[in-house]
Amino acid sequence: MSRLHSLKRGQKARIRAFHGDSTTEEALREIGFAEGDEVELLERGLVNGSPLSIRLDRTILALRKSEAACIEIEAD
Amino acid sequence: MSLEAPSATSNDKNAEPQGKAFTLALVGAPNAGKTTLFNGLTGGRAKIANYPGVTVEMREGRFTTPEGRKIIVQDLPGIHGLSGRSTDARIALNAIRGEIGKTPDLLLVLIDAPNLHSHLQFAFQIRSLGLPMIVVLNMIDLAKRDGVEIDLAALEKSLGVPVVATSAPRKAGRAALVAAIDAALPDLAQVTPDKDTEHSLRDFQIQARQLSARAVTAEPGMHRLTRTLDAILLHPFFGFVTFLAILFLVFQAVYAWAEWPMGVMDGAITALSGGLRGILPDNWIESLLVDGIIAGVGSVVIFLPQILVLFFFILIMEMSGYMARAAFLMDELMLRVGLNGRAFIPLLSSFACAIPGIMAARVMESERDRLTTIMIAPLMTCSARIPVYILIIGAFIPASNVGPFGLQGLVMFALYVAGIVSAVIVAFVFRRILGRGGEQPLMMELPSYKMPQLRDLLVGLWSRAKIFLRRAGTVIFTVSIVLWFLVSYPGNDLRSSFAGMIGRVIEPIFKPLGFNLEIVIALVPGMAAREVAVGALGTVYAIDGATETSEGLYAALQAGWSLPTALAFLAWYVYAPQCISTLAVVRRETNSWARMWGMTAYLFALAWFAAFITYRVALALLG
Ligand SMILES: Nc1nc2c(ncn2[C@@H]2O[C@H](COP(=O)(O)OP(=O)(O)OP(=O)(O)O)[C@@H](O)[C@H]2O)c(=O)[nH]1
Ligand SMILES: [Mg+2]
Repeated sequence: MSRLHSLKRGQKARIRAFHGDSTTEEALREIGFAEGDEVELLERGLVNGSPLSIRLDRTILALRKSEAACIEIEAD
Repeated sequence: MSLEAPSATSNDKNAEPQGKAFTLALVGAPNAGKTTLFNGLTGGRAKIANYPGVTVEMREGRFTTPEGRKIIVQDLPGIHGLSGRSTDARIALNAIRGEIGKTPDLLLVLIDAPNLHSHLQFAFQIRSLGLPMIVVLNMIDLAKRDGVEIDLAALEKSLGVPVVATSAPRKAGRAALVAAIDAALPDLAQVTPDKDTEHSLRDFQIQARQLSARAVTAEPGMHRLTRTLDAILLHPFFGFVTFLAILFLVFQAVYAWAEWPMGVMDGAITALSGGLRGILPDNWIESLLVDGIIAGVGSVVIFLPQILVLFFFILIMEMSGYMARAAFLMDELMLRVGLNGRAFIPLLSSFACAIPGIMAARVMESERDRLTTIMIAPLMTCSARIPVYILIIGAFIPASNVGPFGLQGLVMFALYVAGIVSAVIVAFVFRRILGRGGEQPLMMELPSYKMPQLRDLLVGLWSRAKIFLRRAGTVIFTVSIVLWFLVSYPGNDLRSSFAGMIGRVIEPIFKPLGFNLEIVIALVPGMAAREVAVGALGTVYAIDGATETSEGLYAALQAGWSLPTALAFLAWYVYAPQCISTLAVVRRETNSWARMWGMTAYLFALAWFAAFITYRVALALLG
């Protein structure tokens, strides 16, 4: 079971499920993430590999590593 | 900020009650273009920038439709959904739910058209409120540019509400939007709330994705330029290098580029006072004009170029889309010192002025982090400190070089760094005091890069220039006159003047810092705003007769102050909460007198000790 933060630069995947507390899930959904969406890891920060910039369809979103870890993904 | 927009002639042939104004609320995700549309509809000049979370309060404006309806438009902070976790989101939700004032008659729901896939769910969420609404597909020009094609009719059919495409900065689509508003308003009563079964956010997401799959007929990949720029600007290494290079450039520019216009203005003011001295008889009127007003206001106004250069760079960062990237770069580092990337934008704004910075903290969901951000915002060197720093550095720090850098610039840089380092320490302490309050998520959209609009840039610069000049024309003008009187009478020297009598009461507090009576007198009106102290020094020394030479205030300071005193004065200004408006905003935003006094006390304490240590160390080292 892999999570969004484990993607490498340029890798794509599909969202499978959300984990973590309900507030985080709600926030992730509100900002646009949903099951079945394609995501791609664009860039990530120097220290600790955080934060991550993620392409969600045509939108770019910034997530902290701990936030990305709440999104379960599957290979496309 | 509610300018009446020029509108078509009103033909009141409608059956609607005369004079009733309809309320329209602009809702949409952060950065969807609500404020741009608001300005376009009402002729307003509210702040627009290309990062999420610019608008943090409700603003109203008015216009009249071609059919003669009077409309009140409400510009609201951006929201992603209906949960309202942050202060600014709650302001927007309270407005559309009618919890402050009445419920709006019609909602204009802005959707970011180029990003329809991930943003359409917002329209479904808002529709569930059951309020009359029009969906506005904004940034349609960017969708077209990128080759995204959208079937408006399909959206309209599925959503069951009017859908209009606009490009908010231009006129495109505005006529169609206003026509849709005119068409929608008479039927308001017939709109029945959507009282289906309770929908979860997940349901809306599914509905929205099914609809966008049908309505988006062509969808190429993301904006290419944004992707390329991000590969550099967010690069783990080059991203940081660029960030530091930009900060260095801004710093250099504020210091170097403004030198020439500043010299010109200085020359003009010296010529003016020289000219007036020549014309006017040598009496109290001449003294009031030249020593009071011109010396006071003039010594501050010459810093306008510096302030505009600083704002120019901040505006470019805000308008291009870089601001959100800078927050991205700083997030992990700021986490390590107990802050987070979301605090970066409020703190960077505080380099312009702490007040908008403190208000921008409303975007934070964690109350502890919001309070911490507010508490340290005044430690960011605001533009009002620039006149103080440059005046003192110019008078006391030799213009020699240390390696490739000018010594004066280095001292200035050190003052900025002192503020930042202190902020980090204070943030650490405050987080301990405030205890646990939930981690502030980063979670933000990085908008596509946009070319800054010249008009927005000029409006932004002009509004800053106006604030600065208005303050010079009102506060500093008044202070100059009052101070001129208090310093000139009754006695002939400073000590026996009214100002001197007042100053002597508080002088003992400042004696250990090496501050002389002139400084103490200037600090009191300097409470109004930091640069007022420069104006006050200008007036005090002009009356002393010390500034009649062409060197002016610089020479007077060099003659009257020792180097340790000057350094202590600089240290004082890194910390001192010398700005009543900031304290008033802190009181309002924290809704607590105790927090405001707490901030005042901690800043004064830091200022006093910093100045004391600086003075003593400098005395010891310099003999
Ligand atoms: N090309 C283009 N740019 C737009 C359009 N509408 C807005 N913008 C730009 O998008 C950015 C955001 O605009 P704002 O009006 O500040 O957005 P907002 O919805 O008020 O944002 P918040 O106050 O943060 O919620 C700015 O850079 C605008 O110039 C549009 O239709 N076309
Ligand atoms: Mg706005």
